[in-house]
Amino acid sequence: MYVAVKGGEKAIDAAHDWLGEVRRGDPDIAELSLAQIREQMTLAVDRVMSEGSLFDPDLAALAIKQSRGDLIEAIFLIRAYRTTLPRFGASHPVETDTMQCQRRISATFKDVPGGQILGPTFDYTHRLLDFKLAAEGNAPDTSTQDAPDLAAERKPHVMEFLNKDGLIESAEATDETPPDLTREPLELPANRALRLQNLTRADEGFLLGLAYSTQRGYARNHAFVGELRIGKVAVEMDIPELGFSIEIGEMTVTECETVNQFKGSKTEPPQFTRGYGLVFGQCERKAISMALVDRALRWKELGEDFAGAPAQDEEFVLSHSDNIQATGFLEHIKLPHYVDFQSELELIRSIRTAATAALAETKIAAE
Amino acid sequence: MSDYNFAYLDEQTKRMIRRAILKGLAIPGYQVPFASREMPMPYGWGTGGVQVTAACLTPDDTLKVIDQGADDTTNAVSIRRFFEKTAAVGVTQATSVATVIQTRHRIPEEPLNEDQILVYQVPIPEPLRFLEPRETETRKMHALEEYGLMHVKLFEDISQHGQIATAYAYPVKVEGRYVMDPSPIPRFDNPKMEMSAIQLFGAGREQRIYAIPPYTQVVSLDFDDYPFEASKADGACALCGADHTYLDEVIVDDDGGRMFVCSDTDYCESRRQAGHIGEQGTPYGKDAA
Amino acid sequence: MTPLLDVQNLSKNYGQRIGCKDVSFDLYPGEVMGIVGESGSGKSTLLNCLAGHLEPDSGKVLFDTKTDGLKDTVTMSEPERRMLGRTDWAFVHQHARDGLRMGVSAGGNVGERLMAVGARHYGDIRAQAADWLGRVEIREDRIDDRPTAFSGGMQQRLQIARNLVTGPRLVFMDEPTGGLDVSVQARLLDMIRELVRDLGLSAIIVTHDLAVVRLLADRLMVMKDGHVVETGLTDQVLDDPQHSYSQLLVSSVLQV
Repeated sequence: MYVAVKGGEKAIDAAHDWLGEVRRGDPDIAELSLAQIREQMTLAVDRVMSEGSLFDPDLAALAIKQSRGDLIEAIFLIRAYRTTLPRFGASHPVETDTMQCQRRISATFKDVPGGQILGPTFDYTHRLLDFKLAAEGNAPDTSTQDAPDLAAERKPHVMEFLNKDGLIESAEATDETPPDLTREPLELPANRALRLQNLTRADEGFLLGLAYSTQRGYARNHAFVGELRIGKVAVEMDIPELGFSIEIGEMTVTECETVNQFKGSKTEPPQFTRGYGLVFGQCERKAISMALVDRALRWKELGEDFAGAPAQDEEFVLSHSDNIQATGFLEHIKLPHYVDFQSELELIRSIRTAATAALAETKIAAE
Repeated sequence: MSDYNFAYLDEQTKRMIRRAILKGLAIPGYQVPFASREMPMPYGWGTGGVQVTAACLTPDDTLKVIDQGADDTTNAVSIRRFFEKTAAVGVTQATSVATVIQTRHRIPEEPLNEDQILVYQVPIPEPLRFLEPRETETRKMHALEEYGLMHVKLFEDISQHGQIATAYAYPVKVEGRYVMDPSPIPRFDNPKMEMSAIQLFGAGREQRIYAIPPYTQVVSLDFDDYPFEASKADGACALCGADHTYLDEVIVDDDGGRMFVCSDTDYCESRRQAGHIGEQGTPYGKDAA
Repeated sequence: MTPLLDVQNLSKNYGQRIGCKDVSFDLYPGEVMGIVGESGSGKSTLLNCLAGHLEPDSGKVLFDTKTDGLKDTVTMSEPERRMLGRTDWAFVHQHARDGLRMGVSAGGNVGERLMAVGARHYGDIRAQAADWLGRVEIREDRIDDRPTAFSGGMQQRLQIARNLVTGPRLVFMDEPTGGLDVSVQARLLDMIRELVRDLGLSAIIVTHDLAVVRLLADRLMVMKDGHVVETGLTDQVLDDPQHSYSQLLVSSVLQV
């Protein structure tokens, strides 16, 4: 009987035990190590770090293992852990100019100073199942590769070239402290910094769908990938005791800048505009989607029309982008609701009784 | 779990939540935005209530957690265990013994007193949400006290169904000012909201806290000629015989046979202890279970 | 006598483009003012500035409020302005969909303004709604139907009933007969004329249709490129237009 939701203590314990068993799977198969997940499931680790808003590959690997590979569940574990961490301070903004790029491409120029680097990408692979991978123990042949020179030579952003010619809207740096939605409730309307924070934590699939919808004409903004770069950046922080800033570590990020068409408005001559995406780890699809959605959300400041497209609707996008909020609320309908259902049951019975009586009356009257 | 702070949240976060609670108490029924934290249980499963409870608990408190009126439903068990683990507070199933009661979807049958706090879990705090989806617009409607639309909904109910067809989460007006969602409690519970205890409402995913101070006027919206009715199933509890409590309908066999039992399990049990017996009840202590 | 509405030097630009420029006029209680001009002449911009839907760049819109007398609605607080919007003012949109709640029954649509100002007796609200449906020639047995089930003309009449039920002192109408068949237009115009006369309404009606103002308006303003080029009594302007543009406008339509 479903009534057994009562007396839940035992049920919960049994369920947790069972979960542990299923998580492990067949004990004759070797157990996954965190190092294996961290090294061989890197893109899953990256996604968990970016949407979990915590750069820590080992913890992300643990979360993936614990969640049986359910990445949203893993992100949830990371978020719940992250929220308990004390906050010592804030880093300086990272300088993506000095990124040690392992990948750097521009779709808008044939070549760019600093060079294009294809890097480890699926882009030009043929999507054929590689049965060689099914046989374990084949280490890839690395002898033919030149070790890429990743020295931190400054690689200027492609957008700067357009900026010099005044062809693209300028994006001035400010010293303004950006809002932080992990410390303040989301208040609308949001400024761009807050929107970007929301988008970088947003669900990849949700952003992908929204970005795709802009390409298909729901608030089309003609995006070109001005530059996509992936690589390591240094994280620097002021240490009050020292009186100067030091590098506390480095992390991999993906940055995407799009160049978008702009017809000009009542105040601005025609020029290119920008969309921006920045996420932890190697998350290209997410970074590009983020840039497209960022651009679509900027319609008001650019004096464009609201076309009624979902991707333009700040309140819609920002309120529904977080997969932890979404999945929690969605799945909570599994919880017992029998008290509410009971009251609905009585209501519907009473309405039906009234309606049946009224129907009978009209029948009698008709006869 | 010794790595975590008392009641899980760090002190700064708890102070932030307490400020929101105090503001909520100062403006009864007003939804105070607060920076809800990720909790180790999913959004929609009581994170708002858990954060409010965490901010209220002291080591001397005794906690009771109910879901659908029952102490032993899975989610109630899970939340109670969470605080046992992270705050090591005493827990109880007895309404009268508890100092803090976290609830989902019910108000206990036994009247609460001035030394108690009732914490509600709230899924959608905005009573106007399904009439107007935009937060920016609903905040304006509250600010300007534009509640005509709420009555349009009730008007439509009567036109179509001959009565107000809202069985739970029945909207109320608090102290003559803010229209408030009482969380999805059955409307049977609405009149109990004018009580001696402090009532706090936490919506984690929606980042809102609101409150009703003790002895505050809480009026269920209605029309003069279609007054609010606190309805319940027509019957008595099969176990304790109570005919004044909210009843769950339980299907007992494959032929669809059913019986009514108190939704408030603690209340039902204390009545049986006191010697009340319903139609299918056995004297207390002689259950097969 | 205090004017109901006193508009002073109202201007609104869209970037470089002029919406409306330096418009001034008075409207006295019981008076109907028509604003005519071709599309893009600025008449809808003007109407939206007057009704508080658009914020003008400069100028004043003084309204004779019940409590404080003449008060600038441009600078008053939003709560005050929204309060006027659901008590003293009414706005009839060109497209009934913009002014109705399409998911709410006809009765609920008419009752909303009553409930917004505090009516709490279902029977009374419904009776008033039924009465108003009758006045705009909608059969009482349609009271529980949604506007989606109504014809265009019926929707427009429902919108008018919804607006007039609380006895507003000033009604803004934006092309109230636009988009309707000619026969439907004529019937609607007759109805509006009777309501205006019976209730002694003050109204500002924007239209490109001179037949509408001939029938309804006491006075007329002719707009072109955001400017008022001619004002006067309706018959005067229509029968003896002074400005070349007014002459063109009058000669380009059949006389009514």
